[in-house]
Order: sequence, then structure tokens, then C-alpha cells
Amino acid sequence: MPAESPNGTILSQGLARSYGDACLNDGGTLVVTTGLDRFIAFDEATGILRCEAGVSLAEILRVFVLRGWFLPVLPGTSFVTIGGAIANDIHGKNHHAVGSFGNFVRSFLLRRSDGQVLQCSPDSNPELFRATIGGLGLTGMIEWAEIALRPITNAWIDVETIRYDSLEDFFSLSAESEPLFEYLVAWVDTSATGKSMGRGILMRGNHSRDPGLRSQSPPSGSALDMPFDLPSFILNPFTIRLLNFAYYHKQLQRFQGAVVPYRPFFSPLDGIGHWNRMYGKRGFLQWQCLVPVSEGRQAFAEILAAVVRSGLASFVSVMKTMGAIPSLGLISFPGPGVTLALDFPNVPASFSLLDRLDELVLKSGGRIYPAKDARMSAAHFQHFYPQWRALEQLRDPMFSSSLWRRVTGVSA
Amino acid sequence: MTRNCTNMMTRKLHNVVVIGATSGIAQAISRLLAERHCRLFLVARDADKLASVAADLKVRGAEVAGTCHVDLADTSTHEEMLATAWQQLGTVDSAIIAYGILGDQKEAEHNWAEAAAILHVNFTSVASLVTHLANDFEKQGFGQIVGIGSVAGDRGRRTNYIYGAAKAGVETLLEGVRHRLAPKGIAVLLVKPGFVDTPMTAHLPRSPLFASPAYVAGKIVSAMESGTSTIYVPFFWRPIMWIIRSLPERIFNRLSI
Repeated sequence: MPAESPNGTILSQGLARSYGDACLNDGGTLVVTTGLDRFIAFDEATGILRCEAGVSLAEILRVFVLRGWFLPVLPGTSFVTIGGAIANDIHGKNHHAVGSFGNFVRSFLLRRSDGQVLQCSPDSNPELFRATIGGLGLTGMIEWAEIALRPITNAWIDVETIRYDSLEDFFSLSAESEPLFEYLVAWVDTSATGKSMGRGILMRGNHSRDPGLRSQSPPSGSALDMPFDLPSFILNPFTIRLLNFAYYHKQLQRFQGAVVPYRPFFSPLDGIGHWNRMYGKRGFLQWQCLVPVSEGRQAFAEILAAVVRSGLASFVSVMKTMGAIPSLGLISFPGPGVTLALDFPNVPASFSLLDRLDELVLKSGGRIYPAKDARMSAAHFQHFYPQWRALEQLRDPMFSSSLWRRVTGVSA
Repeated sequence: MTRNCTNMMTRKLHNVVVIGATSGIAQAISRLLAERHCRLFLVARDADKLASVAADLKVRGAEVAGTCHVDLADTSTHEEMLATAWQQLGTVDSAIIAYGILGDQKEAEHNWAEAAAILHVNFTSVASLVTHLANDFEKQGFGQIVGIGSVAGDRGRRTNYIYGAAKAGVETLLEGVRHRLAPKGIAVLLVKPGFVDTPMTAHLPRSPLFASPAYVAGKIVSAMESGTSTIYVPFFWRPIMWIIRSLPERIFNRLSI
């Protein structure tokens, strides 16, 4: 750990896949943890894995999938470190069934800037344990963590994709699928309006139990790469709407079933290196909200209508119902409700649209995901996460991030 | 699976001694070998780091037959260390020498102690290991020595000629040992990496010329299996260094490379 820093603060950074400034520390020091990439111990009987904080989820899958083990929670990209997975208490397509990543963390070692090295678990240093899960990296540096992997029969997923016609259909299909499918997520066509608003393609799946597929390794590696930034004008509201329309109509049958390798099911974009360059040099903004189930229909209808009215369009839009299993974290984003993730080009119009969307989320009693945020107001954040003061109390005095200073006003 | 391959072109790679096992390149090579369930004997100076590297490799599937922490700069430790390796592994298919220091060129120009340390660690101590290994493998009747040279050894340059001289020495040494052992079927591989993203180069600014340790290790393991004698990794360094070697002094001396 560095002894000093220009503005006196440090922050650990893993693979920097947070979309906003949660993984940045402007004017301070970043400690890049990807060199902490060693496994420490694995118990073949229980699936308990201890590894250093810089090990990526992709590496865990690469090493363990063919040995019959899988991550308990996997987000939309596997290019995330264990430290980052804990710091943002990440969630996946199985949130409705198992909860968020933090629920599978048994313990970790936290190094504080005052030299303390604390093993944290539900029983030992429980306050710091809870504050570190979803704690945005602010409680100190995670050196290693112990997580529980889950057994699988093979590396394949039985998946069904269903084209559905409206927001109403999304909610009824989700409700019907939740008890039967561990993985559940929908892609939303943000070009649709009126009665079709919220239409999309719902994907639901379970780990294949076919022992015959056990020795079949899924196709490996990403073959595609985006070698340079596309000119920013290529993805504009018109082409994005066109892509949305085409993607929705690509699936001709209403219902399709297939057995697919786990990688394209969980992280389709991991198959294209540097996919972010599609948005061009100016980049894009991600935005993800969670609203209570009771408000979901109304809130999502208003949000999608506001997007259509703005003339902007989102390229990769994802909707999912979340489960009731509580997160362990002090200020975790995941919780019961329904979540919607959108992305927009980094242009001034997107900022004002997102401010309006934040207001709608606030009105519905929901919240915004800090790991994907680059612009929410301090007032909104503090309203979404009233527990932030408790985290501020437990924050390592030397640890800070650009996000934390932005949304709390706490200076470096 | 490659490890069960009986192709005559593929050398058996099962029992491997990794000397300098905590270096960035050595760890990446060992991880590939671990996934093939190889038996490894690991040697490094820092006992704690060595223990964590060994634990990592075990989780990844290796059988760690033994570890040994010694300061490899002390050549008097080499004979006993190698005897232990042979004892633990039974036979040795390959011995990889993968440690080194970059040193401080500027310091070395004025301070002989720094220059001597660079030459000693990167060349003299490696020469001691290669001398023992050549005899051990000759006695065993099969095997392979893998050493790490550098593109810096291809032409002396003002920015790193002490390090380059040591690496050029390694190249000539391995060339000679290869010539000596070729009739016995013992392979000698010289690896010439360019910039690799490891702790040794952590202080240098990153550029597109940097290769990842995993990439470099993949190339090295393939070369070990095929019995190749020299590889540049990434391959583009071969034409680049050919051009640099071919530059007339008149031009070369004006370049600050």
C-alpha cells in the first residue's frame, strides 16, 4: 500500500469495468490489483475457493468450469475481479433465485491504511464485513477473499428465448419463469412505442444436467475485436433504433429452445474485445435503476416513454426482476424489485434525460446503481442510500474515490 | 489432450524444474504446466512468495513435488538444489531458468558494483546452473534446458548495454551447450522476449510493444514441446532486431534507442 498520494487518498482498482467514476480517484493514487492474481486454496469437496482479490471471474471460470464448478453469481461481463465483485456487491441473471455476490462471500482479508490487517466475516469484524460488501472499495484494500463456488454438471445452459410484446407481458412472463428458471433476463426494444412499449426478448435458462455434455468444453476465447474507435456518428439515435428493431424481429418464432455454452449466455459482449469502442471516442453513459415491484409497471412505462420522447435511444437495454433475498452489504444496490439498465451516447442531451429518469426513480422509491453511474446528483445519491453516513464512518480515512467525493461532498 | 500426445515431434513435458519460479514469466509458464497436471519443482529466493506461488499452482492442477528457497546469486547453492530437484522428481524433462534483474544502466556506468551485480545475476549465476544442468541431463540421457535471453542482447545500446551484454552471454552459452548436447538428443531453448508486463518492468511506461506474461508463456511452452532452439516473443522482434543489427554504425550511433 502506498504511504502517500498527491491528494492524500488511495483507491484499489481491479479491471476498471465500472462504467463511471466508482473505480477512479482523480488527483489521488490508484492501486491496480490485477497483479494479485493467485489462487490460495480450493476445497474439492465443498467448492470453497480462497483467492487473491485481483483474480478475475473469467479466470475462475476458465480454471474451474471443466472441473464441475461455477460462480454463484455472474454479471454481464466476466472481466471483473473478485475485489470489484465484492466492492459493488454485483448481481446476475439469477438474482431472483440466489441474491447478490456478497451472499457467497465467506470471509476476506482487509488491509487498512493504519497498518491493521483484519479478517472479516459475518462473525469476525462483522461491521466492516457488511460495509465492505457493496462498499465501493472505500473500507480499505481487500487482499484475498473466500467464496463458495457451486457445482455444475457441465459447461452448458439450457436456454429458452421468448419474444414478448409489451411491458405487461414482461411482468407476467417473469413471474411465471422465476420459480422454474435460475437465470432470467430480458432485452428491451427501446424503439417501441405505444402498446408495444417495453417489448423485447426474454431469456431464461438453467444449468444443463446432461452428463453426456460433461467432457464437452465450450468454444473458447474471443475471436472478434474492435481494433479502433468507430466514428461517434455511427451509433446515433436513428441507427440505434434501427438496430433495436432488427434485433427484436431477428427472432422469427415466438419461442426458441437451445443448449448453449455458458459464455455467450452470460456475457455476450465479452466475445467482442473492446466493444465499448462502438460508441466512438466520446464513449457512452450507463444507467441502471432498481424500483420496487409494486411501482415497476408504472415507473418503467414512464421511463421508457421519457426515453422515446427525448429522441435518444439505448443500444443494450436490459430488464430483470430481482428477488427477495436480502443483500448483506450496508449500501448494496441489489434488492427486491425490478431493474432496468440503459446506455446512451455521451452527449449533453443524455445528461438531461438521465436527470429526468433519476427523478422518476426517486418518485417510485427506487435507486440508481453507483457502479454504473457517472453523473447522478449528490442529493439523489444521498436520498437513494441514506445509509451512506454509516459507510462514511467505517471508510478507511485514506481511501476515497471520484464517485464518493462527487456524491457525498466529502473532500479528499 | 496435449500431455497424452504421442506425436514424435512433441517432447514429453511432465517433470519440470522452474528456477526463479516467482518471476512473472515463470509463473505464467508454470500455470500452463499446472493445467496439464505437470509435476513441478519450484525454486526461488523469497520463501513467502514461493509458498504462495506453489499454492496457486496446486489449485490450478499442478503436483508440486517440492520447493526450494535459495538465493540463486549464490552459485554454491546450485549443485545441492539441483540434486534435491532430481531426487523429488525422479527424472527431469525440462529445467527452466527464468529469473533476472534489469538493473540500473545509468548507475552501472559509474558504479562497478551495480554493473557486476547485473552481470553476475543475469549471466554468471545462469552459467553455473547451465553447467550443472548440462552434466545432469547428459547423465540422464534426455531433457531440455530453457533459458531467457533478451532482444537487448542482440546489439549493445546505450540504454541497457550491461544487461544486454549479460543476455548476449546467455545466448552464446546456450548456443554452445546446445551444440555440445545436440548429439545426445537434449534440447536447449533460448527465449528472447521483448517488453513483458511483469514486475521486472513495472517502473517502465507501458506501450503497445508490451506483451502479457500469459501470451509469452504460451509461446514458450509451444517451443518447449516442439524442441525449437530460439524464439523471439512476440515474433515481430525478430525482424525488428534484424534491422537494428543491420544498421551501419554511422547511423546507429546517432539514434537514441
